[in-house]
Amino acid sequence: MATGKGIGKIIAASSVGTLIEWYDFYIFGSLSTIIAQKFFPDINPTAALLSTLATFAAGFIVRPFGALFFGRIGDIIGRKYTFLLTLMLMGGSTFLIGCIPSYDTIGWWAPLLVLILRLLQGLALGGEYGGAATYVAEHSPAHRRGFFTSWIQTTATLGLFVSLGVILMIRRIVGIEEFTYGNGWRYPFLLSIILVVVSVFIRMKMDESPLFAKLKKEGKTSSNPLKESFGKKENFKMVLLALFGATMGQGVIWYTSQFYAQHFILTKCLVEYEQANSIILIGLLLATPFFIVFGSLSDKWGRKGIMMTGMLLGVLFYQPIFSQLYKIADYSTKTEVIQPPGNVSPVQAGNISFIHYSDGSSLKNTILPNSNSPKREVILTESGKWQMIGLVAVMVLFVTMVYGPIAAFLVELFPTRIRYTSMSLPYHIGNGVFGGLVPFIATLITTLPGANHLSGLWYPIGVASLSFIIGMLYLSNRKMNTSND
Amino acid sequence: MQKIKRLLGIFWMLLGPLFFILLVYSAFQNIQQGGQGDISNPVPWIIIITISIPISIGLTIFGWYSWKGEYDHMN
Repeated sequence: MATGKGIGKIIAASSVGTLIEWYDFYIFGSLSTIIAQKFFPDINPTAALLSTLATFAAGFIVRPFGALFFGRIGDIIGRKYTFLLTLMLMGGSTFLIGCIPSYDTIGWWAPLLVLILRLLQGLALGGEYGGAATYVAEHSPAHRRGFFTSWIQTTATLGLFVSLGVILMIRRIVGIEEFTYGNGWRYPFLLSIILVVVSVFIRMKMDESPLFAKLKKEGKTSSNPLKESFGKKENFKMVLLALFGATMGQGVIWYTSQFYAQHFILTKCLVEYEQANSIILIGLLLATPFFIVFGSLSDKWGRKGIMMTGMLLGVLFYQPIFSQLYKIADYSTKTEVIQPPGNVSPVQAGNISFIHYSDGSSLKNTILPNSNSPKREVILTESGKWQMIGLVAVMVLFVTMVYGPIAAFLVELFPTRIRYTSMSLPYHIGNGVFGGLVPFIATLITTLPGANHLSGLWYPIGVASLSFIIGMLYLSNRKMNTSND
Repeated sequence: MQKIKRLLGIFWMLLGPLFFILLVYSAFQNIQQGGQGDISNPVPWIIIITISIPISIGLTIFGWYSWKGEYDHMN
């Protein structure tokens, strides 16, 4: 086992690489509107089909496939080289997306190349997390595994934080016009290559996991990890339990608290783009240290209790929290004032007009070319903004409870010889499929008769409830005896 | 507790195919030519239904294991 400075270096090297992978995966999602304009024009049906495939296939099919593909390699060859490979694959794909000429320049080659690279991103992401979590866990002493692996758990949220931060920063530097209609959007993609080169250099210097190295030396590694993981009942039943009793619920809590919250604030509350993203950014930042807190507490209290509490809190509080978010920005209930309080801004300037309200917030109406209805954006007061930040931070706190201890939990569920494969698949089905379905199913629910703007939340609430029941009844709070074998 | 776990196994076994049938039914209800958004587009539905097949089977097998007492030792 590594101790002191040794484990610090291992955590840093693993976490930085994983954070970069999440950053790479998120920037595509965050810039999807611009990417659609550049590569997937609506007028071309083939491009529209490729766009849909890029959105859905990368998360739902390729991520779990990546978990199996790289998990198998990781259990046969080793953790170190496998997650080095996933990092290079992800970084290379991201960089190349930033280099592809637009649809206007090279026609349908553009969407096809973007689709291929997006699928490669999904494949790499499917292999990365399991490798990093396993690698850190196998270096950690058993009694502090929750604490050490929780650093890996921060990367998914910090990756979102860094991606939003980089996008906002580059938008400000190059200007909104250049970012949206010029080449400014390419810089977050191109930047990835520098981050990846640095991370690969650091990871190259690391040693193989001691548990795996020992297994390999003794000739006890698995020759067919897929068959052993999913063909043997003793392992397969634990894979199913991990999926339905933990990662399924964790995936929807994770997605709803971060991504659905962002989507809701932007599209339902209509909060102005920069203000909405800064709300998410600060909320993420405030809650992120709690990944470490709950990871560490899980070493003392057990993993199950903390994870299940996080799920239950999500189930109970999503409706009131989202309702409150909506209420803060709901301009239909606010009182309009003719004169703005103080000399804040002109009421009308060009194609932009403002309506001011008695609480200090305002509604910005922008007349867009080729559109009959104006684009509406709510600009919140400082107080309203901080209320939203608090609500987002509380939801991310639920994430830290379910997500902080889960790497240690998954690692302890499976033996070393098939760990990478066995833990990667339930993790990526839980997060990629159940979590990734949140916007789709939420939209589906809102089409039902009698639905309102909060009805979409019944999907994550339902899935988290189911996972909570299974987890409470079937999971053990004791550590399994597989972690060091 | 063991009895509840075993009895719930029947519920999970039924929930697997039910989840799949519900998705297929929703797809037929929502797919329409010229419709707006992803839920009227057949491509996402094909992807989602494809990936839901092994998940539904997995839930049914989980129920079967639960019914047979395979998780009785987990306390």
